[in-house]
Formats: sequence, structure tokens, C-alpha cells
Amino acid sequence: MNELQFLTWVRGPGLNLAISIFLLGVFVRLFEIYSLGRKKDLSEPRNVGGASGINTVFRRSLPAEGMLKKSPISYIGGYIFHIGLAIIVFLFVPHIKFFQGLLGISWPGLPSQLVEFVTIVTIVTMLVILLDRITNPVKRYLSTFQDWFTWALTFLPVLTGWLAVRHLLLPYTTMLAVHILMVELLLVFLPFTKLFHAFTVFGSRWFNGTVNGHKGVAV
Amino acid sequence: MRHEDGILMAGLAQHGVSRRSFMKFCATLASVMALPPAAGLAMAEAMASARRPSVIWLPFQECTGCTESITRSHSPTIESLIFNVISLDYQETLMAAAGHQAEEALQQAIKDNFGKYLLIVDGSIPLGMDGAYSTIGGRSNLEILKEVAKGAAAIVAMGSCAAYGGIPKANPNPTGAVSVADVIKDKPIVNVPGCPPIPVVMTGVLAHYLTFGSLPELDKLGRPKAFYGETIHDRCYRRSFYDQGKFAKTFDDEGARNGWCLFELGCKGPVTYNACATTKWNGGTSWPVESGHGCLGCSEPDFWDAGSFYKALSMPATPLKTVGVAAAAGAAVGVAISFANRAKKSAAKAAHETTTLPDLEK
Repeated sequence: MNELQFLTWVRGPGLNLAISIFLLGVFVRLFEIYSLGRKKDLSEPRNVGGASGINTVFRRSLPAEGMLKKSPISYIGGYIFHIGLAIIVFLFVPHIKFFQGLLGISWPGLPSQLVEFVTIVTIVTMLVILLDRITNPVKRYLSTFQDWFTWALTFLPVLTGWLAVRHLLLPYTTMLAVHILMVELLLVFLPFTKLFHAFTVFGSRWFNGTVNGHKGVAV
Repeated sequence: MRHEDGILMAGLAQHGVSRRSFMKFCATLASVMALPPAAGLAMAEAMASARRPSVIWLPFQECTGCTESITRSHSPTIESLIFNVISLDYQETLMAAAGHQAEEALQQAIKDNFGKYLLIVDGSIPLGMDGAYSTIGGRSNLEILKEVAKGAAAIVAMGSCAAYGGIPKANPNPTGAVSVADVIKDKPIVNVPGCPPIPVVMTGVLAHYLTFGSLPELDKLGRPKAFYGETIHDRCYRRSFYDQGKFAKTFDDEGARNGWCLFELGCKGPVTYNACATTKWNGGTSWPVESGHGCLGCSEPDFWDAGSFYKALSMPATPLKTVGVAAAAGAAVGVAISFANRAKKSAAKAAHETTTLPDLEK
């Protein structure tokens, strides 16, 4: 298999396989989680649950009181790399073309230098977050294999994408193929690891907020 | 076609090429090939005194586009004149002889210059049905190639078909087409891919061979690095528009008229290694991207099967066939799991024993 055949495989059959596993996993887990249901709470609600739920969806995106000072790297770094990933994934023109190819819809992108700047910031931030996880004894103690694994799954597509654009390490064709392969690995593992929070984060926040509201925790 | 042995410079002089313009040509060639400045002089001296090398050109499964590219290069250029003055002893398209006479000329050339001639091949070699898909004089391409390659000093696989199998090898490859390098393993082979290849690349390889007696430095796909060292995209004059995010969306929109990047229209420039963007075509007149069409990637192996020419490189190369089925299967499995979970819950509920006050007092 030569470079172009490798690229064509990851753009064709490989992509098909990865998206198939991704969708299969996403649907299995969404049905599994949301069909579990919960026993009806017969107690008198102390607050209106719905408002509490929506409030929690937004409130938990902000650090709890005092936490920003206590754990600045987690919060600031977390913000930066999540926003960075969103910009890279959704506003880089070749990526928009990818979504257009899949979904048929497109939107305006950003100049590639700007996206590259965001990419470098994201890479550095993710490295700092990793270093923090390694050096902070509490975080290291709490980390399981999945934490390191999902970090790598998220980091490698960004790194290889940037290396491809900059023509570093490998010829562009090969690096582009490696980049797409890394994205495919991310897609394959996303539904079955904690990366699934991409789908469940707001749902679970709403759920917790509603339950807490029902029990009387202030909105 | 056959010339008596002679000096290249004399042949050029006959065509009105002065020594000065020949020197200029050599210097340009040396710089195009990224050789040191002194190499231009060495090249000129070596080529001027070179005896016309015997060249045998074998056409297999091809369309003659490669021959057209070389012979119709903007005339009269020194490239085309060099082709005129090499001793092209066998070239079916160009030679006057036909039939048995032509085959005799081939045998004679092999005999006269055994071990010294340069073999140029254009077209792929079919292996299917024992090579019966393409025969010359009743003999299969495979048989002829093996025989002629034995006495060759070096082989130039001219065009994407000879270099990598090209269009004949495209899926489903009905003739079992392969490249020269798939058949010949014991001779130095230079791949000059392209559909067709650029004439100056061919001249460059010839000049290098005449000057240094060796083939130029090759990349891992067997292509001269001097010409195939960089991608079309990196040397493209439209590259700045790519960086600015300015793209033509259709072939006749404002972006196309402003000469913006053709990436979104399927240009394969980013993954194509060739010299079109620097040497251009037709005597430097233009080249595909300059004329408003994206690069097809014709100098890359299996470019024919690398997805649509008009789909952006970042789009899926082939339709995603099993995605719908997978989503439906996922939903079905999810529903099945939810039923299993509910059954478990009901079973737990049914098995639940109520604790009464006397139980607690026990």
C-alpha cells in the first residue's frame, strides 16, 4: 500500500468503518442511558425542577466559588482547549468541506493562519494539562488508564493535523492519512469511553439540576 | 530515425542552436535540477561531446499521450532537438519502418548497443491471460520488456502507466496491468510519472545520464527528486488564497474569476509531487491550475482510484455505505438493552420483600 492508497483508504473504507462504529456506539449508549428512567419521586417538590435543570446546565460551565484559584489549570486550560477544539474542528475550511461531504451543509470558515494559531495554543494547553495531571499527586492518583488514553485520543488528531499542515516529520500525504486515521480512532472510541460526555454532558447536568431542585437545593 | 554515431553539439548546430543558447539551456537545466552552478558547465561539456546515445522506446498499454507530450513540446525547443538528435533506434509511433522491418530494427539496436542503450517504456504491462491483452508482432509486452531490458544500461518508465500502472491498472484492472518496476528488478529504473509527464523532466533525466553517467537522485517512488521533490500545492501561485481561506466554489463564480484556490473544487495539489507549478507547460505558457482547473494528481500512483477529481481532498473518497445500517443497528441494540434493563428492574421489584415491623423486632 503506497501513501496515496493509504490516504484513499482512510478517506473511503476506513472512514465508513469508523463512522459506522461511532454511530452504532452513540445510538446504543444514548438509548441505554435515556431509557433507564427513574422511579417517580412522590415527594412534594420544593422547587420547580425544570428551571433548576436549565440553570445547572449553564452554572456548571462556571467554576464553583474558590475553585478557579484552587485549580486554575483545570479550569482555564479546560476552557482554552475545548474552545480551541471547537474552532479547529468546525471553522477550518478543509474540515467544513468534510462536513459538507457528509451532511450537505456548509458555513464560512476562518483563515488558515488563524486556525493554526488556535491549534498551537490548543496543543500547548493540552500538554500543560497533561503535565499538571502527571505532577499533581492527587490528580495522578485519581487518573486511570482511560484518562491517559482519552487524552491521547484527543491530542493526536490535533498534533498530526498541525504536523501535516506544516509538512513536518512525514511527507504531507502520509501525515494527512495518519491525521485522518487518528480522527477515526477518536470516533471509534468516543462512544465507549468518557469522551461520550460530548453527548451526555448537558443531559446529565439538567438531570442533576432537576433532582436537586426537587429536593430543595436553591436554583 | 537512426543516425550514424555523432556528436550531440553538431546535431544541435545543424538545427541552428548556438553554443551560447545551449550553455544557457544547460545552466537552466542544472538550476531546475537543483545542481550546483558548476554542474551547468559540466553538463554542457559532457552533452556537447556526447556520442548520441542509443535509445529504444517501447510502447505498451498506452495512449501515445507521452510521445505527444515530448514531440509536441513547444517547437523548436532545445528539449525537442535533443530528442531529435539522440539515436532513437526504435519508436513505433515515430519510425518510418513498420511490421517486420521495425522488429528487425529493434533486434539490430539491441545487438549493436547491448548493455549500453537507454530503454524508455511508456504504457503498462498486462499480465492477465498470459499477456494476451497487448502484443506486438505476436509477442506479449511482458516477453518483449524482459528481452529488451536485459541489454539496457538503465530504464526510464515514462508516464504514469509505465511508472505505476496508470489508467490501465485502475480498478478493476481488467488486463492485470503492472508497472515496469513490477516486472524488472535488476536494472536501474527512473520513474517519470505524469499523464503525460513534463518534457523538461525527460530532458533533465537524459542530460543527467549523459553528464554524470548515472541516474539522478530518486525519491522512494523512483522519481527524480529534483522535479518531484515538492508538491504542486507548495509551489502553487494560488497558495496564498488557500492560506487566506479564499476559495472558488464553482468553476465560474467570482472566486474562480479572481483566481482563488481550487481546493474546494477537488484540486489534488496538496498530495501531488510534480514540477508543473514551476516549469509549467507548453513552453511556460500555462498549466492546469493556471487555466482554472484543479490538479488531478496524475503523477501519483493510482491517482485514478483516489476518489473523485471534483471532490475536495478532505471529503469522503467513497460513499459511506454502512453508516445508515450501523445507526439503525445501534438504535436496535440500544432498545434491546433498555428492554433487558427494564426486565431486570421488574424482576427486582417482583422479588422485593416488604419489611414489616415484626421483622425488625426479630
